[in-house]
Amino acid sequence: MIWDAVIQPFADFGFMRRALLGCVAISVGATPVGVFLMLRRMSLTGDAMAHAILPGAAVGYLVAGLSLGAMTIGGLIAGMAVALLSGFVTRVTALREDASLAAFYLISLALGVLIVSTRGSNVDLMHVLFGTVLALDNAALTLLCSIASLSVLTLALLFRPLVLECADPQFLRSVSSLSAVTHFTFLALVVMNLVGGFHALGTLMAVGIMILPAAAARFWAAGIGGMIAGAVAIAMLSSVSGLLLSYHYSLPSGPAIILVAGIFYAVSLVFGPVGGLVAQALPRRHFEV
Amino acid sequence: MPALVFQDLTLGYDRHPAVHHLQAEIAEGSLTAIVGPNGAGKSTLLKGVTGALAPLDGKVSFGSLRREDIAYLPQQSEIDRSFPLTVVDLVAMGLWRETGPFRGLRPRHRDRIAAAIQAVGLEGFERRAIGALSGGQMQRALFARLLLQDAQLVLLDEPFTAIDARTMADLLGVVRRWHGEGRTVLAVLHDFDTVRAHFPRTMMLARELVAHGPTEKVLTAENQFRARQMCEACAGPPHVCGRSAA
Repeated sequence: MIWDAVIQPFADFGFMRRALLGCVAISVGATPVGVFLMLRRMSLTGDAMAHAILPGAAVGYLVAGLSLGAMTIGGLIAGMAVALLSGFVTRVTALREDASLAAFYLISLALGVLIVSTRGSNVDLMHVLFGTVLALDNAALTLLCSIASLSVLTLALLFRPLVLECADPQFLRSVSSLSAVTHFTFLALVVMNLVGGFHALGTLMAVGIMILPAAAARFWAAGIGGMIAGAVAIAMLSSVSGLLLSYHYSLPSGPAIILVAGIFYAVSLVFGPVGGLVAQALPRRHFEV
Repeated sequence: MPALVFQDLTLGYDRHPAVHHLQAEIAEGSLTAIVGPNGAGKSTLLKGVTGALAPLDGKVSFGSLRREDIAYLPQQSEIDRSFPLTVVDLVAMGLWRETGPFRGLRPRHRDRIAAAIQAVGLEGFERRAIGALSGGQMQRALFARLLLQDAQLVLLDEPFTAIDARTMADLLGVVRRWHGEGRTVLAVLHDFDTVRAHFPRTMMLARELVAHGPTEKVLTAENQFRARQMCEACAGPPHVCGRSAA
């Protein structure tokens, strides 16, 4: 029974194993970045950046068709351009980061939809927006695993300045010149993981696997390490469960994975011991004065 | 030898000066209070020293000090108290000059962190989340971080606001310790009794320099009256200043 429901789809079909590997790579690479996005109160920045990469991927598609390399490079260029331009505007003008990012990503998104609509087909647009996790080829898997490895390595190197940049940016600026480097490297990690994610889950769903497990893990762990471990575990479980649901009930796999992550989030929100609804409602013991 | 020299320094926001043509020297190893009415430019002056605010005119010279030798406690810290950090994590940030972004904490570092936490009276709070600290406890933790920064020039912006007498007495002890070790301390303060009791030198500002020297000669009724008048005189419509630093 369990074999049929859980193991057999992966044992029998190569595309399921590839999808699983791709999702595991995204879970390992993107979810820790999502934890920092959440802790920096930038959860919606991931969504904005996901929209911002669209015109780059569309131009890549126009130039070379459904080419992994061209769409990846295009997405990276568009995402980094929006991140750098909005960062530049924030630092040299009176406009705050949320407004400047919103302005650039909306322009970018409109441009992307225009390019895809005039030159592509609806099928192509659906590919970019919702990904094709069940059709990952070797090149796509290599890209996803490379991005995950690079992302984890960079986060490990950047961990201390990133924690300072999140918790006390004023202090980091006073003791080090790494503040701007940290900020832009972090945004580059966000863009890189979204570009990797959109091959499997699409530009919109890629943000889901980044943010939902992170938000869920916030209710289970008090420290950053625990949050990252919890978020990666939740992302992996969501991936396996979502793929199986998609297989058994013929559902689109990207949304299925993200919806399972959403269920994890809802359960965590209610039952999570760190600030969850039940934990807050129950009478709590307290320490002596 | 001066630790700091303000050379015809003008600092401000959006072309409105908050510190106007300030000419003064801060001696190395001195303990100086900066006083003045609200809007006198006290906090702005400290931001100018840290480099967070570029001068509109003139400059700040540092003698033998480098920017890394400065530790700064802002009036309103940008610390995100909801971020999952413990007291030890926060205090350990003060070791940045030694550990940098990559080096791990060695046993000697941990000993120094423990000593700094003990020096500010926060023993037993090491594993407490910073979000669970009171205002006074948080200020103690920030002083412990300053202790670890081991800086030659310490800038404190209203460090004793909204804390109780006991905490203030403990933190004043830390300030005296810095002074005893020959560090230069500049603190923005409002309570003249505290300034008279603990700060040998005072600089009174009202956008421009009112007086600077031994505390008992600066904190006179005449200077205080003049400072208030100068600040009130600034309230009129702005006009372009004709003076310029050489």
